Amino acid sequence: MAKNNNNNIFKASWTYDEAPESTDHIQIKKQYELYIDGEFTKPVKNNYFDTINPSNGKKIATIAEASSEDVDKAVKAARKAFKGWAALTGKERGKYIFRIARLIQERAREFAVIESLDGGKPIRESRDIDIPLAANHFFYYAGWADKLEYAFPNRNPKPLGVVGQIIPWNFPLLMAAWKLAPALATGNTVVLKPAETTSLTALKLAEIIHESGIPKGVVNIVTGAGETGASIVNNPDVNKIAFTGSTGVGKYIQKATAGTNKKLTLELGGKGANIIFEDAAIDQAVEGIVNAIFFNQGHVCCAGSRLFVQESVADLVIEKLKRRMETLIVGDPLDKNTDIGAINSKKQLQTIENYIKIGINEGGEIYQPECKFPTQGNWCAPTLFLNVSQSHRIVQEEIFGPVLAVQTFRTIDEVIEKANNTPYGLSAGVWTEKGSKIFHLTQKLNAGVVWGNTFNKFDATSPFGGYKESGFGREGGLHGLKPYVKFE
Amino acid sequence: MSRLDINKTYKLYIGGKFPRTESGRYYTINNSSGNLIANMCLASRKDFRNAVVIARKAQNSWANATALNKGQILYRIAEILEGRKEQFILELIAQGEARKVAQKEVETAIDRLVYYAGWSDKYQQLFSAVNPVSSSHFNFSNLEPVGVVSIIAPEEQSLLGLVSVIAPAIVGGNTVVVLASESKPLTSISFAEVLNSSDVPGGVVNILTGNKTELISHMASHMDVNAIVYCGKDENTLKEISELASNNVKRTIFYKKSDWENELCESPYFIEKTQEVKTTWHPTEI
Repeated sequence: MAKNNNNNIFKASWTYDEAPESTDHIQIKKQYELYIDGEFTKPVKNNYFDTINPSNGKKIATIAEASSEDVDKAVKAARKAFKGWAALTGKERGKYIFRIARLIQERAREFAVIESLDGGKPIRESRDIDIPLAANHFFYYAGWADKLEYAFPNRNPKPLGVVGQIIPWNFPLLMAAWKLAPALATGNTVVLKPAETTSLTALKLAEIIHESGIPKGVVNIVTGAGETGASIVNNPDVNKIAFTGSTGVGKYIQKATAGTNKKLTLELGGKGANIIFEDAAIDQAVEGIVNAIFFNQGHVCCAGSRLFVQESVADLVIEKLKRRMETLIVGDPLDKNTDIGAINSKKQLQTIENYIKIGINEGGEIYQPECKFPTQGNWCAPTLFLNVSQSHRIVQEEIFGPVLAVQTFRTIDEVIEKANNTPYGLSAGVWTEKGSKIFHLTQKLNAGVVWGNTFNKFDATSPFGGYKESGFGREGGLHGLKPYVKFE
Repeated sequence: MSRLDINKTYKLYIGGKFPRTESGRYYTINNSSGNLIANMCLASRKDFRNAVVIARKAQNSWANATALNKGQILYRIAEILEGRKEQFILELIAQGEARKVAQKEVETAIDRLVYYAGWSDKYQQLFSAVNPVSSSHFNFSNLEPVGVVSIIAPEEQSLLGLVSVIAPAIVGGNTVVVLASESKPLTSISFAEVLNSSDVPGGVVNILTGNKTELISHMASHMDVNAIVYCGKDENTLKEISELASNNVKRTIFYKKSDWENELCESPYFIEKTQEVKTTWHPTEI
């Protein structure tokens, strides 16, 4: 096995020294309160929960848990603030949002470190993707605030009122930015709830929002778990719900808001197809596969979790992919060499491990490179499943972890059919050097975001959102304004 | 010497054919003096499901027809309807409209078809965008049809209302299963005859007559329907549809309009309502 030997030599001669990002400069309080009506407020019931560092199991801080009474206070504050905020000229509104963008940029390093500490993602990703993109979103939508009549000519766009926003734990600050920026630019006031395992950067954002001098009550941030979210969804004085999370909860929210006149946008789960043709640039495609599924530990709704490789190159692609996976570094999220950080929570780790068991029990052929995990914390090796078909649960269901199901195909029509045969429709990727083939595929794939010869790219100007059970509404770009306005 | 009229048999319109309801059931439409005008098919849940299967099969090739072609087909519907104007006026009169009102309704319906025919190769340009991303990628967003759409047509203005909700859905590449006005269904089936002779491929528009209370829950809950359009104001029905739509995250579109002749009842925004936004990324760096 000459190849294996080569690989071992490669591995042995390329070890990395530890390169952890320092945590000296960051400020984390022992305890965080709710941000309601421009003040950091104790929760009515005085309940708190711990936020845990998923890479070592240690408590980072204590977070207030908002009850329905707290949510009610937040909604009232948002309602009170709405009139003044909406009446402000777009120019002035925009200036506050520009300020927020700048303040995030100034404190980007602190935010990146806290994001990785609290959520487990590699510092390289929080530093290069999450935090800059979050700032960009505020910067982008700030500029729309005084130009809305150009976005919707002759339609007289008006804000909806009080918007309830519920966001997930996979991109904590970025999702807060995706939700807040367009809502504020269009003149709405907001009650936002971060996910319970990743509240810290949202609460740090509350500090920034406070510093920006934005009128009190315009943004309220309430922390807590599902019950807090349900209190927002069911509050009768909320005009719109924007939710990012699982399809299961999304369906619950769609049902709960039925008959209420609440507007709704949902950004839900996915099972993205990543399609490699025989005429692809194979080495680039292998990098693309890695980025598609192992980016952010696979905690990505648009992850390319279903790989389709054309039969003629399947052996080659899989061999290269395995070799590339050997070199992935799983470990300390704060280490700049880390490729795959910590799984966000014990609960999510159990979900992923359960799916891996299901995959094995259903006859899938598992491959995991050898990984040295730190002794504490939640870890999962990058995982491939070969010998699976459309009917396997690990092919059909969203795992939200670093687990890739590999299938092969022969013809274009076959792979289109297989790729589209899912209730989801969030993302897809195509790899081929032939331009017409790229666009043939991107047109035929039923997904809201399609990547040709790339994957998992995001931008403030680029609309993102799903088809089918991946939800409705778009975030980002011009199209991302529409969910936050009504027309007379 | 008097001549005995030949009465029309009204059936369903599914997959470009005119079958009777599989259930064998009917309901009657009488004129104001209580005389029978027609026995209408009382479509069943199974009729609806069959229609969805056919609409799904037809959707891809209809969506892939060129914008120019779809526009010409919509224009063709208007041409054929124009030629049969008098038939529709008489049917509307039979359903209780005054001649003047009936004539206005048919003419507006024809004009509305022409209006949407013209949008076919234009709406995409209104709603699409090239997005200036900060990386070396060509990035654009354009519209694609949501897929198969259930439509509960307006109860009043049974022809104009029907046309006003079908045209924007199909010009955007969707296929539809429509429940016609329950109390005024005659023109809907005659309109199906117009569609059938207008180069509209079978299965693109499917029209059922029947009972709303019976069929709406199935139209809202079907797992292979992507969106539901409901024309009406009944709050309980709105709630029921929204709840059932959550089964498969169906898009819900509600029209509470009472006068479809109003010129605000035609716009490209009606097309946009049954569209998805797709964003495509492609590298520009060599």
